[in-house]
Amino acid sequence: MSVMLEVKNLFKNYGSVEILKDINVAIEKGDFLVLVGPSGCGKSTLLNCIAGLEEITAGDVMIGGQNMTDVSPKDRDIAMVFQSYALYPTMTVAKNITFGMKVRGVDAQTQQSKLAEVAKQLQMEPLLNRKPGQLSGGQRQRVAMGRALVRDPKLFLFDEPLSNLDAKLRVEMRTEIKRLHLDLGATMVYVTHDQIEAMTLATKIVVLKDGIIQQIGTPAEIYNNPKNLFVADFMGSPAMNLMPATTSSAKSGTQIQIERENDEPLILNDKAGLNLPKDVIVGLRPEDIVEAGFRAGTGVQTATCMVDIVEPAGADTYVMTKLGGTEVTTRLHAETQATPGKPLEFAFDLGKVSYFDPDTGSRLN
Amino acid sequence: MLKWFEKQVPKIVLAPSFIAILLFVYGFIVWTGWVSLTRSRLLPKYDIVGFIQYERLFDSPRWDTAMSNLFIFGVLFIVISMFLGLLIAILLDQKIRVEGVLRTIYLYPMALSLIVTGTAWKWILNPGLGIESVVQGWGFENFKFDWLINPDYAIYTVVIAGVWQASGFVMALFLAGLRSVDDEVIKAARVDGIPTTRIYSAIILPSMAPIFLSAFIVLAHLAIKSFDLVIALTGGGPGYATDLPATYMYALAFSRGDIGQAASSAMVMMMVVFAIVVPYLYSELRAKND
Amino acid sequence: MTDFSTNQTTRKQGRAGQIALRWGLYLILCLFALYYLMPLFVMLTTSLKSLEEIRTGSLLSLPRNITFDAWSTAWSKACTGIQCEGLRPYFWNSLLLSVPAVMISTLLGALNGYVIAQWKFKGSNLIFSLMLFGCFIPFQVVLLPMARVLGILNMAGTIPGLIFVHVVYGIGFTTLFFRNYYVTIPQELVKAAKVDGAGFVRIFWSIFLPLSLPIIVVTVIWQFTQIWNDFLFGVSFSQAGTQPVTVALNNIVNSTTGVKEYNVDMAAAIIAAMPTLLVYVVAGKYFIRGLTAGSVKG
Repeated sequence: MSVMLEVKNLFKNYGSVEILKDINVAIEKGDFLVLVGPSGCGKSTLLNCIAGLEEITAGDVMIGGQNMTDVSPKDRDIAMVFQSYALYPTMTVAKNITFGMKVRGVDAQTQQSKLAEVAKQLQMEPLLNRKPGQLSGGQRQRVAMGRALVRDPKLFLFDEPLSNLDAKLRVEMRTEIKRLHLDLGATMVYVTHDQIEAMTLATKIVVLKDGIIQQIGTPAEIYNNPKNLFVADFMGSPAMNLMPATTSSAKSGTQIQIERENDEPLILNDKAGLNLPKDVIVGLRPEDIVEAGFRAGTGVQTATCMVDIVEPAGADTYVMTKLGGTEVTTRLHAETQATPGKPLEFAFDLGKVSYFDPDTGSRLN
Repeated sequence: MLKWFEKQVPKIVLAPSFIAILLFVYGFIVWTGWVSLTRSRLLPKYDIVGFIQYERLFDSPRWDTAMSNLFIFGVLFIVISMFLGLLIAILLDQKIRVEGVLRTIYLYPMALSLIVTGTAWKWILNPGLGIESVVQGWGFENFKFDWLINPDYAIYTVVIAGVWQASGFVMALFLAGLRSVDDEVIKAARVDGIPTTRIYSAIILPSMAPIFLSAFIVLAHLAIKSFDLVIALTGGGPGYATDLPATYMYALAFSRGDIGQAASSAMVMMMVVFAIVVPYLYSELRAKND
Repeated sequence: MTDFSTNQTTRKQGRAGQIALRWGLYLILCLFALYYLMPLFVMLTTSLKSLEEIRTGSLLSLPRNITFDAWSTAWSKACTGIQCEGLRPYFWNSLLLSVPAVMISTLLGALNGYVIAQWKFKGSNLIFSLMLFGCFIPFQVVLLPMARVLGILNMAGTIPGLIFVHVVYGIGFTTLFFRNYYVTIPQELVKAAKVDGAGFVRIFWSIFLPLSLPIIVVTVIWQFTQIWNDFLFGVSFSQAGTQPVTVALNNIVNSTTGVKEYNVDMAAAIIAAMPTLLVYVVAGKYFIRGLTAGSVKG
């Protein structure tokens, strides 16, 4: 496998404001890289820098092994899909798709055959003679995809392409993009603020915050071993429970003590021999706190807590309980008998636990 | 090299206009300002002697008349146009069936040259054959209406014609403003049982403050630049009775050959305009850039 | 108010009041319409009367015998000072100068607006601000130096000279119009076209220009109205043979030779007003849009 895109020590400033700080990413041919982060984290700017639409302050952008830092977007062999689709409003769908080829002087016959191919692939033959104004949101999205596909570029860039669609369509298009990626074996860079999109699409995720990379990894790595509190909190829905706790060494492993309102502190024993500081933040995903008896394993500890709120969600039921001064979400089976105001025995799967330093926010285990 | 050139294209495209504006607006302002500080008469001289031209200007009774005329004309023109424009806009906003036709009628004077407007009103206000004789014909034989040739009242004829020309435009501005008020706010007020007059006075009009400001700026600007209307309607007369700064400047520049005086009067006009427009534009641009 | 019948009478009274109010409203609006229409009516009727009828009849009465003599005099015989060729040559002058001036200033405005809205560079906003301020200067402040510059360029008193002046002082507004229009077009469109391989010119030509029809119409109408109706530049920078129609009209009305022919004055005024009135009637919507765009922020 060859490296298709490499961003080296990239900095981007607007005047004195640093937007991106020392970005280093590399992906291989066929990778699906997702840049994810809250709004204003610099993810779209990074994509624009890769496209050459924004000048970078320092660093290098390599595409297909060539240094493209000072190359115009048109010569980078990339295609891009935008959030607003950016379809040319006065051109028909067909002209929108062939415009790039026309500008590059591709002969009419090739244009037509490529157009036909892409139209077939995206099932939009009946739309070819319409103008963007006559299309629905989903159809416009499709045309924008077609305009990128027809170019057959080294690199596809997507800038939040699904965020203007309604929820149902978004899920459909997400699947379609995933299928396209598999079928084409193309290399893609995809920007989104939606962590579910990131998880479902990516082969590699970059989590950004304030222009700094927080973590790079596969979806599983990011989800199971978040490197810091920000990543832990940002990735996953409902978010990971983050509970302040104090630790002390016990006979077997570490004793973890979490304060509770109007109740004895919750005591858990982590048998993995970790060397933790006194104050930590304990991170457990909702699915790792279940009703007692529904999870077994070496790390599982049970304890009784007061049920606060019950939210049936169909397949699962989310149950909240107050722990360490925060509302902790647990994910129980649909048939649970949990009742607000009544105690319930929970199973905490410490095999999946994450510990964070409360001051620096970084992961401890 | 090619990429460098590509990047410069926007600048190259903007350059001619920018240079033209720099030279023919700002350069010329500097030139006029410079000349206003010299003893230039028929031909410009470039030795600065100080504010002698401005002293002469402020000593000149004709300039005095021009400035007080500008004040009278400006205030009446702006106040009456705004009032009339707002009144008609509110009346038109009551779901009037033939609104389109009426709007077209109210606004057409704005398409006319002020010379045409002046010519028309000069005829209508003609003391012998115009309105005066019409009213006399209705039986009021002692009715007199000679403002056009009466030095004390001639400036008000300029107001009449000016208001006729511009009030429709103010109406259009206000109507657009009335229509842009958030519909849901008005609905909410209706549901709360607030009477229509209160809705206007307490909700709609206050939210139109920017439109009032725009209308004021445009009208003030029109008033200060007024030249054609006076030339066509009264020619500045009788005597100098309806002179405005603009006609004064023109007369000194092109008939009297007193370039220094013309330049200083132009500079005063510009300062009056800028005193009104600069704060407005500044706040507009700042609001936009934020 | 608990009694049902009382309730109904007040409701009826309320309805009657509503209808009366409605009629009053329409009456007031019609009176205003009459006020605005009156001068046009007077101009038209006066231009169709004989001088005799004007002297004896009333300003507001319809002409007894319609005659077009005044119109033909105004068009081809009326005196603008020593020459007595009517408005015709000056009408052509106005056309000859406004058409190129409108075209050039609109084109420059489109390009400038495109740059300022979509190809921002360091200082482009400052340039825009400078252009905007330039729209508001009283032109008196440039009359003297411009007269000298036109003299130096050998364009004093010529139609190209007037075209030049109108273009220079028109680009501020045309740029404003186009900038405000183009700024509403998402920047992603330019980005997409850049990725597609198109450059500055190609993007303007293939994407922005086809989108611009409404704003081109607004700008052309605005510029045409401004330039056709201009008097100050016309009277300052033209000479006997090159005067625009507004200057000629003023000369006809104020010529002191012979009997005062009010009907000819009115016919001449209508002729001079005809092109802009026509534009207004045909494309009033765009005219109004230009007016409000020129004054209200974009």
